[in-house]
Amino acid sequence: MESKGAVLTGEHFISGNEACAEGALAAGCRFFAGYPITPSTEVAEHMAERLPEVGGTFIQMEDELASMNAILGAAWAGAKTMSATSGPGFSLMMENLGLGIMTETPCVLVNIQRGGPSTGLPTLVGQGDMMQARWGSHGPYEIIALSPSSPQEIFDLTIKAFNLSEQFRIPVLIMSDEVVGHMTEKVIIPPADDIKLTPRRTPKVSPEKYLPYDPDEDLVPAMALAGQGYKMHVTGLTHDRKGYPVITEEAQIELVQRLIDKIRKNRDKIIEYHEDQCEGADVIVCSYGISARTSLLPIQLAREEGLKVGLFKPIVVWPFPEERIGQLAAGVKAFVVPEINYGQISLEVERCAHGKAEVIQVPHAGGGIHDPAKVLEAIRRAAK
Amino acid sequence: MARTELRFAGFGGQGIIMAGYIVGKAASIYDKKNATLTQSYGPESRGGACSAGVVISDTAVHYPHPVTPSVLVLMSQEACTKFECLLPDNATVLIDEDLVKVSAFNKTSKVYSIPATRMAESLGRKIVANIVMLGFFASVTKLVSFEAMQQAVASTVPPATKQLNLDAFQQGYDYGLKAEPMKLA
Repeated sequence: MESKGAVLTGEHFISGNEACAEGALAAGCRFFAGYPITPSTEVAEHMAERLPEVGGTFIQMEDELASMNAILGAAWAGAKTMSATSGPGFSLMMENLGLGIMTETPCVLVNIQRGGPSTGLPTLVGQGDMMQARWGSHGPYEIIALSPSSPQEIFDLTIKAFNLSEQFRIPVLIMSDEVVGHMTEKVIIPPADDIKLTPRRTPKVSPEKYLPYDPDEDLVPAMALAGQGYKMHVTGLTHDRKGYPVITEEAQIELVQRLIDKIRKNRDKIIEYHEDQCEGADVIVCSYGISARTSLLPIQLAREEGLKVGLFKPIVVWPFPEERIGQLAAGVKAFVVPEINYGQISLEVERCAHGKAEVIQVPHAGGGIHDPAKVLEAIRRAAK
Repeated sequence: MARTELRFAGFGGQGIIMAGYIVGKAASIYDKKNATLTQSYGPESRGGACSAGVVISDTAVHYPHPVTPSVLVLMSQEACTKFECLLPDNATVLIDEDLVKVSAFNKTSKVYSIPATRMAESLGRKIVANIVMLGFFASVTKLVSFEAMQQAVASTVPPATKQLNLDAFQQGYDYGLKAEPMKLA
């Protein structure tokens, strides 16, 4: 990578973590604050090297609490911002992730998942933070989380994450893992003109008429930036349309209902999944991230045995594609759900299947990816 | 080509991961195949037994790790002990003959040896032993084209050492053209 541009158009042999950083730069990210933690460190290292080349700012913070707050603050100053972490750091970021949700601050947070709980397995894979991504911060809220299976996907999905965060004014999570982060593969970076970017939704009204939390028709308010002449008040307390704290049930209902609805009612604009041969299948393997990729070989082997097996891979994990799972459940005997935890997304599949199809978990404690033979065995069992 | 699994192993610091990276880059970027590199991570990549796995295929690489590598490149005795047991029959093994003893191998293996580190020393820098080994790998296995490997070496190493590395690659390549499998006792 000799070019110093923001979009390094061409073919590169790079790791998932580097591809994530390049995706962020291509999406217009110009501010990264983080605290290095294995196995996400290469995201920060790469941003530290690259951001100064494109006029951006990299700050190594004192910890993850400060990192999360710094990316929120820089977003309010007008930048597209990101941080990257792993399990223990993700836990520390939860409080201020909630601040980002409450203040409707666009930013991207990357979790390169490792084995847990606690410090667990710093250098080895896990997928145990999927439910923490859903509701790890306190209070009722909805979130957006994406799950890539390869360096190319993490590049593409990082751009998508920035676009969704701008469109819906919400922190967007990239829930990757150690294997994807550390594997090196070809990544094709398209020409800058072919990358569609969603700009910040700035106010269309004059400063006198601007209400910082007055939503547009899609329930998302326009966001004035510091220094544009608009008055604003940004708080984690429940607030009215002016942004002022109002500690009442009515204000809470108006605000929190909208924060929920801006994701739920726009779910069709957010949800994305990949399906392969799900129509007519007897068994559907539902998996995400590295585990979806590990499942490809057992699916192929099962098909060679004559079994009708489909793959359903949520690309956007939150919000969960519950309607589609519900439709598919009507036509299959069972879902097989391999994931590197003891049943997180599989519980969602079970919920969305409404008892119409069996759900077979293929759990893994972490430290490695699934043995394809175990997934194949579960598919065979499901097909009976 | 069908899925082909390679493993490079040695001491951290010998450029083992760099060797795997160059092969993966050559195969995917310059030979237009698919390649996935996975590697040791943590303290072992900085001094202990270190390894890099490369999977090359014409079709998409699903499972990212080598399971039974058909080619093993060994640059230390410790790595030899750690990884040899995972070899299938008829695997190709490339060794630095001054650093690895051959006695323990599966009798069906085709073992090729090269004094890569000594050759690198005579080129002036012991640090290019991995690139000598890559030249040897290219000519013995022919899994990745000479041109692709040469381009990957040239585009990966620090610019100031490019010629030295290309010379190291060429020497290893030429050595491999004449190489015969060792007779295992």
